[in-house]
Amino acid sequence: MASQDITPAGTGSAKVSLLNDPRIRGYIYQLVVLVVLVAVGYWFVNNTIANLQRANLATGFGFLDGRSGFDISSHPFTDYSSDSTYIKALYVGILNTMLVAVVGIITATIIGFIIGVGRLSHNWLIRKLCTVYVEVFRNIPPLLVIFFWYSGVLAVLPQARQSIALPFSFLNNRGFFFAVPVFGQGAWLAGVAFVLAVIGAFLVRRWANKRQMATGQRFPVLWTSLALIIGLPFLAFALKGFPVTMNYPELGGFNIKGGALVGPEFMSLYLALSFYTASFIAEIVRAGIRGVGKGQSEASHALGLRAGTTTRLVVVPQALRIIIPPLTSQYLNLTKNSSLAVAVGYPDLFAVGGTILNQTGRSIEVVAIFIVIYLSLSVLTSLFMNWFNAKMALVER
Amino acid sequence: MADNNLSFVRTEMLQGQTPPLGERGIVRWIRINLMATPVDAALTVFALFLLVWFVPPMINWLFVQASWSGVDRAVCATVSQGGTQPEGWSGACWAYVNANFNQFMYGRYPQDQHWRVNIVGVMFVVLLVPLLIPRIPFKSANAIVFFFVFPIVAFFLLVGGWFGLPYIETATWGGLLVTLVLSFVGISVSLPLGIVLALGRRSKMPVIKMLCVVFIEMVRGIPLVTVLFMASYMLPLFLPPGVTFDKFLRALIGVALFASAYMAEVVRGGLQAIPKGQYEGADSLGLSYWQKTGLIILPQALKMVIPGIVNTFIGLFKDTSLVSIISMFDLLGTVRQHFNDANWASPQTPISGLIFAGFVFWIFCFGMSRYSIFMERRLDTGHKR
Repeated sequence: MASQDITPAGTGSAKVSLLNDPRIRGYIYQLVVLVVLVAVGYWFVNNTIANLQRANLATGFGFLDGRSGFDISSHPFTDYSSDSTYIKALYVGILNTMLVAVVGIITATIIGFIIGVGRLSHNWLIRKLCTVYVEVFRNIPPLLVIFFWYSGVLAVLPQARQSIALPFSFLNNRGFFFAVPVFGQGAWLAGVAFVLAVIGAFLVRRWANKRQMATGQRFPVLWTSLALIIGLPFLAFALKGFPVTMNYPELGGFNIKGGALVGPEFMSLYLALSFYTASFIAEIVRAGIRGVGKGQSEASHALGLRAGTTTRLVVVPQALRIIIPPLTSQYLNLTKNSSLAVAVGYPDLFAVGGTILNQTGRSIEVVAIFIVIYLSLSVLTSLFMNWFNAKMALVER
Repeated sequence: MADNNLSFVRTEMLQGQTPPLGERGIVRWIRINLMATPVDAALTVFALFLLVWFVPPMINWLFVQASWSGVDRAVCATVSQGGTQPEGWSGACWAYVNANFNQFMYGRYPQDQHWRVNIVGVMFVVLLVPLLIPRIPFKSANAIVFFFVFPIVAFFLLVGGWFGLPYIETATWGGLLVTLVLSFVGISVSLPLGIVLALGRRSKMPVIKMLCVVFIEMVRGIPLVTVLFMASYMLPLFLPPGVTFDKFLRALIGVALFASAYMAEVVRGGLQAIPKGQYEGADSLGLSYWQKTGLIILPQALKMVIPGIVNTFIGLFKDTSLVSIISMFDLLGTVRQHFNDANWASPQTPISGLIFAGFVFWIFCFGMSRYSIFMERRLDTGHKR
């Protein structure tokens, strides 16, 4: 009887206050956030305009066409002088950033893989040494490592007169001087031959794979490719009568003459970024290899594959799938950390931009350029690594 | 017939023999760990060669030849460099670190006011240590004091200007003091902010989600120096004319915002790893969004990503060294500033100072990473898949 007095639950739901409807509340929250954001943005813009007017600063990117008026110590790929435009200076900066990032990434990957594999070695001594390396470099700021190389090691090298002589190169406090080949007439043929050889090696590999799939017969791809890549350019050189001479550095008086020079700024940045990032890559590699189940290599041994073949065909392809995503973020970190160049005076994008900012006072424009360029470098690197990752990913049937 | 019974039954057991020399003790250990295969043996020899080549000279440089005390560069330079050491001498210049130790710790903070920093330091340690040891009770009270009361007290003590304490400009701060203040504030701001950003990124409200995504991806895409640059050059432009901001505060904002973007991604990883059933279970219990998040999701998610969170802390601690680029003097900046001190300039000074700074950074970062490993083991409830 009593149950008749109770109104069924839910009949009142149509009359629930709008404020208790999660959907409506969501709209209200978003509206509030949007209004606050627009108001703050408006306030910022207003203040900025007022500040710029008060300081008599113009805005816009037109200033980039002006004469820069400052020198850049290192511009390996372009000719640049203080008469060039700001935009050219920025271009040199971007190239320098990319140079140190690419070279650093390659070196860090090599060191990182060696150390990471070393941490899994059966050899106790090697394992401990690699652990010490990782624990030391991981826990020290990269900036400190840069200064360590710059003011601690490279700056106290002897003067040019007492240069340390290495085979075909010299090391002193002005940098590292090394021999470079100078190509004469007709050397382009060797370049063309090299490109052709690489394409040829690629085709041979594809053909050999196909043949192995069809007939089970194998083909010595590695040796053929090596013969192609080394032999063809060599033949081209021989055909033209070796139009190449080496430009050796020579000790003369107070300086070193000839050869090519890598300055201490680049060297310290490059060494520091490589050593620092390598410690992180080593940990990633270790985790990747340990992430491949023991059963995988045991099964491979049971199938009769040798240790080397097991590593190459079973462990590494599976480990790479674990390794690549975090490796990408380490590459991005290295690229971003290359902006620490400003601390030792290597003219990367950040250092050049800072100089431009000091000269022109265009802080908004310069910071906008920074953001755009660094973001695009990041996006480019991630796109490439995502492509590589997709190629490496497990293809399931 | 009795002679025929040639069978022999041993009446007592033989004593067990010790294993052969190659199968026991240190020889066995060496055989297995250092000489398992020819390649292994070659690697061991190579490593030993490296050690012999590198370690004795290093110990010699660091300790034996090092000059430990002195008042100026004379003790760290050879005669031809204008010092007192014999020709060809090379050793660490700890005298430089010794003489400038106060500078490295406090920067230009007035000497007679160092006790204020010391009190803050003691409070920091006294509050932090019980917080880190799991067995000690009153964790929540301790945490509230550490994260809410302590910063206020520390602020009043360090900055001054109240209760008769002289006001001390942040521009005079330096050394380890700056490093620690930046990291403490950065850590205690970036964790909550990162959690909020991560929740926002997973929100179903498009506007909030988009805002969080844009912020996180943008900050993660650019270097910290750029963020610091922005904080020090552009922030003043955004504010009404005449309003100025303390430089230290600007760096703090930059560091905290930067770290919170990274923190957000770490927390998001944890949120994504929580099975859907946990969300649905919380919903079916009738919990509100914040109850669900605070009581069910976050405790599990954060526990899962402790290593990532501590890694972000370590990254932040190391990144504080970048403020020297916008001409503030943290530990590294102060050490560098003093290289060029004519009183101490010698070939051994920079490297000694850098090794000292590196050692201090290393101790903090290594300690944090060890503690995270300990915590991870302790909190592991065996639910890992």
